[in-house]
Amino acid sequence: MSAPTLDRPVPDETALQQQFDATIAADHRIEPRDWMPEGYRKGLIRQIAQHAHSEIIGMQPEGDWLLAAPSLRRKAILLAKVQDEAGHGLYLYSAAETLGADRADLTDKLIERKQKYSSIFNYPTLTYADVGVIGWLVDGAAICNQVPLCRSSYGPYARAMIRVCKEESFHQRQGYELLMTMMRGTDAQRAMVQDAVDRWWWPSLMMFGPPDDDSPNSAQSMAWGVKRHTNDELRQRFVDMSVPQAEVLGVTLPDPELAPDPETGRYRFGPIDWSEFKQVLAGNGPCNDERIARRRAARDDNAWVTEAATAYADKHAAVGA
Amino acid sequence: MAHEETVYEALDHAHGGEGQWAFGTGFDEPLAGVDTTVPEGIDPADLGAYCLMLGDDALVLCQRLTQWVTNAPELEEEVALANCGLDLLGQARLLLARAGSVGVLGRSRERATASIPDEDALAYFRDPDEFRHSGLVEAPNGDFGQTVVRLLAASAWRVALFARLRESRDPVLAAIAAKGVPELTYHRDHAARWVLRLGDGTPESHRRTQAGVDAVWPLLADLFTATDVETRLTAAGVAVDPAELLDEVRDVLTLVLERATLTVPEWPAPQPSRGRAGDHGPESAVLIAELQATAREHPAATW
Repeated sequence: MSAPTLDRPVPDETALQQQFDATIAADHRIEPRDWMPEGYRKGLIRQIAQHAHSEIIGMQPEGDWLLAAPSLRRKAILLAKVQDEAGHGLYLYSAAETLGADRADLTDKLIERKQKYSSIFNYPTLTYADVGVIGWLVDGAAICNQVPLCRSSYGPYARAMIRVCKEESFHQRQGYELLMTMMRGTDAQRAMVQDAVDRWWWPSLMMFGPPDDDSPNSAQSMAWGVKRHTNDELRQRFVDMSVPQAEVLGVTLPDPELAPDPETGRYRFGPIDWSEFKQVLAGNGPCNDERIARRRAARDDNAWVTEAATAYADKHAAVGA
Repeated sequence: MAHEETVYEALDHAHGGEGQWAFGTGFDEPLAGVDTTVPEGIDPADLGAYCLMLGDDALVLCQRLTQWVTNAPELEEEVALANCGLDLLGQARLLLARAGSVGVLGRSRERATASIPDEDALAYFRDPDEFRHSGLVEAPNGDFGQTVVRLLAASAWRVALFARLRESRDPVLAAIAAKGVPELTYHRDHAARWVLRLGDGTPESHRRTQAGVDAVWPLLADLFTATDVETRLTAAGVAVDPAELLDEVRDVLTLVLERATLTVPEWPAPQPSRGRAGDHGPESAVLIAELQATAREHPAATW
């Protein structure tokens, strides 16, 4: 951060830490100008950037169907949705910038694979049913993850999340509605929906991150109020929510061990293949290279546009001055 | 944390209401509830053919702009180009639905099942030679400079037309035009601002944008000659003779290019439109095949 201004006394770090701790303890918000521990700042930048990258990379799997959407209404819905995702990326990069990060730098880190994004977007979209299943399951999982973040201790992130969650919940209903329509259609459409559910169910469960006993950043994030629930708690909620929705839809979730637990009233589910998760996270998923290559091309092939806009702004600022 | 017991209840409780959303989850035909009676003295076949020309222009340009989504220079531009695409898609849906409402469906209705609405029958079940879009919108995007030059030209033409069509004797067409004018004015403004930045930016951006201008200019030739349909509908007070748009479009483009320090090429001599006659370049076949791929693969499906 910047050096203290001239005459102001250098504040006592212990006092600042106490004030920060008191704000967190009272469940109040930390705002950009407030003092915060360096670990809190860095952790937040990492989390928010990863979230922003996920929105931007997440435009691609569904974006691949924009030109070939099967009706004009579905095209409009999908184009508006993908546009919303770009908007979410923008709010989130802006939230990261309130912590001193720079969007161009974060984009470079994404392209150079120094920062991650949600692994789910490294799977391909094979049929139009994938668009519906992404809305239902992937956006559904994202909502489970993100609703608690509306109460994140960091103000700009929490406020961004409120808007993002409203839009995500709308996308989820649209995705589910597409699937309902397809299930009322032809046998081929029903088969497409089931196939998409089979492919996306387990990766959706992995979206909540590693199990609690293997989640390196969780404990500190919980203590700081950046994160509100553990990965396993959120995953369980998602399963409990999705099972009845799958029944209404008329699809089978691809887990023979999925069953209600009479003691807890929740659903038990089978073991998750974490080796797959780690493979995809390590960059070896089906579409990792393609996703990053698209962003790299968008940056590099269009660098001349950004340079021109900057040159134009400089020129005209100088004229105006 | 009781209010988070179910995330949906929490969301609805805290931030309820969905009136701000552009697209609901129900299906509305674009012209649902609208009186689609054709006023006396207007030939429905001509009216439908005219709506196809204008609807196809919008649909094809929407496809072109959509190709930038996930590839644009800035995130703001992903949003902006998607937004222009959505506006054009909305115009296309209304115009194709208007063509369908007067029975102009060509061979599409023989191919599309009864459950497919007219707008989709027309978009997805016509062959490329049944499309009536202009050569200006079908041309590939080129680089970002050429894309914004084409968007500027297409929206300058269309806003000039739609402003006049607000007085059309067909009330449905007049209403579609009135809705479109502010949208197209925004597109024209957005494109013009980019042409200024790129033309007067760096030597490279100037060179690229000049090349874009030079590539787009010949495509302006066939925008200003009326087809027989347009001539008859202009006489009936429904359409506008595109020759009437020439001065305005040329003035707008010249103004923007000069301000952008770009060279304004010689205006191409007007000629009859090939696109309006269904004679398109090979790029159109590719674009339309991609547009229609899913719908045609599952002709009996409902979406």
